[in-house]
Amino acid sequence: MLRILFGRAEALFDRAFGQQNNPFSWLGALGWYFFWIVAGTGVYLYIFFDTGITDAYASVEYITHDQWYLAGITRSLHRYASDALIVVVVLHVLREYSLDRLRGNHFFAWITGVPSLFLVYICGIGGYWLVWDRLAQYVAVATTEWLDTLPLFGVPIANNFLNSTTLGSRFFTLMVFIHIFAPLFMLFLMWVHIQRHAQAKVNPPRPLAIGTGVTLLLLSLLHPALSQGPANLDTVPTSLGLDWYYLAVYPLLDVIPGGWLWLVVFGGLLVLGLMPWLPPARQAPAAVVSLDNCNGCGRCFEDCPFSAISMEPRSDGKGYDAEAAVNVDNCMSCGLCVGACPTATPFRRTTEIVAGIELPDKPIRKLREDTLAAAASFGDGQRILVYACEHCGANGVAGDNSRIISTPCVAMVPPSFVDFALSRDLADGVFLAGCADGDCFYRLGDRWMTERLAGRRDPYLRQRVDRSRVCFAQHRANQSRRWQASIDGFAASLRSQAGDASAGESAGE
Amino acid sequence: MNSLLQGVMQATAYALFALTLGYFASMPSYRYADANLATVKLSLTHTTERVKPCIKLTPEQIAALAANMRHTESCERERLPLTVELDVDGQTIVRSTARPSGLWNDGPASVYERFDVPAGKHTIAVRMRDSARPDGWDFEGSVATDLRPGHYFTVTFKPATGEFLFR
Repeated sequence: MLRILFGRAEALFDRAFGQQNNPFSWLGALGWYFFWIVAGTGVYLYIFFDTGITDAYASVEYITHDQWYLAGITRSLHRYASDALIVVVVLHVLREYSLDRLRGNHFFAWITGVPSLFLVYICGIGGYWLVWDRLAQYVAVATTEWLDTLPLFGVPIANNFLNSTTLGSRFFTLMVFIHIFAPLFMLFLMWVHIQRHAQAKVNPPRPLAIGTGVTLLLLSLLHPALSQGPANLDTVPTSLGLDWYYLAVYPLLDVIPGGWLWLVVFGGLLVLGLMPWLPPARQAPAAVVSLDNCNGCGRCFEDCPFSAISMEPRSDGKGYDAEAAVNVDNCMSCGLCVGACPTATPFRRTTEIVAGIELPDKPIRKLREDTLAAAASFGDGQRILVYACEHCGANGVAGDNSRIISTPCVAMVPPSFVDFALSRDLADGVFLAGCADGDCFYRLGDRWMTERLAGRRDPYLRQRVDRSRVCFAQHRANQSRRWQASIDGFAASLRSQAGDASAGESAGE
Repeated sequence: MNSLLQGVMQATAYALFALTLGYFASMPSYRYADANLATVKLSLTHTTERVKPCIKLTPEQIAALAANMRHTESCERERLPLTVELDVDGQTIVRSTARPSGLWNDGPASVYERFDVPAGKHTIAVRMRDSARPDGWDFEGSVATDLRPGHYFTVTFKPATGEFLFR
């Protein structure tokens, strides 16, 4: 259900932004971008912010009104970028869940993301506290009363906010420190979060960065963030303008006892953290290195999207400097390493073809056999060989004139297979089907395939291959009609070429 | 696709994003408390008596102790629970017994309660027991007050003088 909803939204946004700049493909990177806006604006605001509890409100008023043209806008940007951060982080979590990118070896990014999500809320709630207006008063009292339901403090910390005579600056200063150090710790966790991602997407594409940045700026100008009157601990705040992105949990305290709400929050986080194992995924066997065929070139190391391959000193005495080694805990069995390996070629004249690095479930020998079997099954008429990624949605689209060979990622198919199919006349055309541009299930497969076909990345598609007989199409999994249209369009293009060629031959005769 | 149409779609998406962000950043407003009510906060933190009274040590017992550990009494750490009741106009609103804090039940016990009452004149009485007596109270206090709408009224305890503070 969630996947269907995301699929529809992604398709709609593809039309508006194009696949490459679709915000849904960049939710994590947008999170980083909004984090940096919040951090940058926070540093500027801190210059003018007075950390003493009696002067905090006045300093925020100065920021908002006296220096509205810079500090005031900065305050609004600080708030709206924080809200945007929550929006993209929540969407990011839901989308990764809908794509099942949490189980198996994906678990690492998932479980390191859960505490980051908790920290986002700590940072945001702490920020509302510092303004020391009526909303801050409510947040401070509600938070401390809620914390007091935990058996942590000997004396209720809500006593700090009992009335105006009990209010002390020390506790307030502690909150300032928390508001500074919690984001730093969050940044550390965000760094850990992407550790198993080579070339992690931490910067959104420029058009998206400009578009969202300008949107936040305009929102800050048209609807600036304002305080809600100075805090007064002797009076009850009655009506409040809550930031529902961060503070939605507080009204629940009116109906659920604090202890139970902690159970809901921590229970929810625990369940979220355990989701990769509910149930555990059947992880395909990790890639294995065949030292007899590995020359230590390092292409698999460079292309692995999950930092699962390292180059180690040679252990078999052969005259190469290094050998590839697979970290099975990081390997997603995507096969991008196989597609990068120079020895993964169907042209090799050995009794049994074995590449330097292989997926045990899908060895390169099997890919060659599948290619030959598919070619042999063609009848009379046009022959289109389709290498399709398992996740792109093209597997269900077939025609009388096409044969589909499924791979974990389209970039598992070495370009030499395209050459092989065409030069051996196994097919009239080769259709490569991958995930949407910039949204590869295995992160970088679409990019590597594009670069290999264009001759910008090893292993290249050889120059002798007629490019007009090769098509690399990228659509989303729910776009079966687009897939069909692309294959049909490619078939028509091949027919037209064949017609031109035969016309040319006739003219020549 | 027509770039103009694409531009319009993008502008619409950004506008919706801004509207969603701007709206839920402060709206809909949340009604925390009824403007016609006042709120009473009862917050008492007090160190109760020990479960067993201290035993005075004899000079011989004191001398037997290490030089840096000498004291005149031997006391068990555990303290009694704190029992508190608060009445508003003769009706008991709070009746609470708090365990002393700390792993060994040797710290101060705390009671924190917050509740709303209609604004207007009220008599607030509070009682507290910190000893092992089976009935009766060790500390009592009351006040007649006129609570204004939307105001906090706090009831605290000052251990040094044994007085309740009403504010």
